[in-house]
Amino acid sequence: MCDSCGCGHDHHGVIIAVPGRSSVASGAHDHHHGPGRTLRVEQDVLAKNNHLAAHNREWLTARKILALNLVSSPGSGKTTLLEQTIRRLSGTLPVAVIEGDQQTLLDAERIDATGAPVVQVNTGAGCHLDADMVHRALHTLAPPDHSLLFIENVGNLVCPAMFDLGEAAKVVIISVTEGEDKPLKYPAMFAAATLCLINKTDLLPHLDFSVARCMEYARRANPDLTFFTLSARTGDGMDEWLTWLNDALRAA
Amino acid sequence: MHEMSLALSIVELVVTEAKAAGARQVDRIELEVGTLSGVLVDSLRFCFEAAARETMAAGAELAVQEIAASGRCPACGEESPMAGLITDCPGCGQYLLLEKGRELRVVSITVDE
Repeated sequence: MCDSCGCGHDHHGVIIAVPGRSSVASGAHDHHHGPGRTLRVEQDVLAKNNHLAAHNREWLTARKILALNLVSSPGSGKTTLLEQTIRRLSGTLPVAVIEGDQQTLLDAERIDATGAPVVQVNTGAGCHLDADMVHRALHTLAPPDHSLLFIENVGNLVCPAMFDLGEAAKVVIISVTEGEDKPLKYPAMFAAATLCLINKTDLLPHLDFSVARCMEYARRANPDLTFFTLSARTGDGMDEWLTWLNDALRAA
Repeated sequence: MHEMSLALSIVELVVTEAKAAGARQVDRIELEVGTLSGVLVDSLRFCFEAAARETMAAGAELAVQEIAASGRCPACGEESPMAGLITDCPGCGQYLLLEKGRELRVVSITVDE
């Protein structure tokens, strides 16, 4: 599980809110110390991951490999989308996949059945892939030059937003069963993405989901998002996504 | 989020810097934490105490400077504070583009003479 802990302590910045009433925030305090030698450090706390991510990015860019970090809640249809994408590309573009899950090889086995090379990263208790995991996966996978690399992150709409893997772009996937207000509730992920895929459109007749409203909410977090609405299951909308992939790889 | 990992990263970072400067003890660490960085400062303090145990940073004071998040309106150009990632411009109602407030950095450390 995620490793943060603050039991018994006030949480400065955490808001407890009741609908219709104003929120209550708790405060924090500070204390002071004596003299000594001060050294400027000026380093990002996530510098280590960012540095390794930059190394990954350099490696991928030099080989003209377009790496896409697929992020979403669990169950949005990432793996099915990948299976269908690979099948529709059917050898026209070289594809390789890094799968990320806490446990099992289930997703990697599904990708393997499509014929695309794949490596599974199991994070154990971890909730996101990081640059080191991707670095090690790349060593095993050895994707060819001029290929599409899909990194299917651990299903989690929170943590992966913080961890650069060295990808060219994040693709956030939301399915129509998740509620159109998802982007308002998880804005950081939508802000971090370049592309947003709205999946399972075949289920729209059974739902009160407004695609337009979902897009509008997502644009509040990121006005520059590009959207594709599709159904990995029926194939509806998949052509536009494949065209984007082709164009993006050519531009890599 | 991940305050323990972050605390461990802070300890690693400051111990490396302190060793490079020939110091034996880190007395104070100055951090900048943006209000929209996703970091819970009190969780971070708690985790830091545990992470720093038996290292050069044990007992160091964690001085956190919070950077208030603010953004600029893409329509009218006005800069305004942001309480969340989705905040509308008080002037014209457009959604602000974040400029400050997601920082998470070690600014400086104070070591023994």
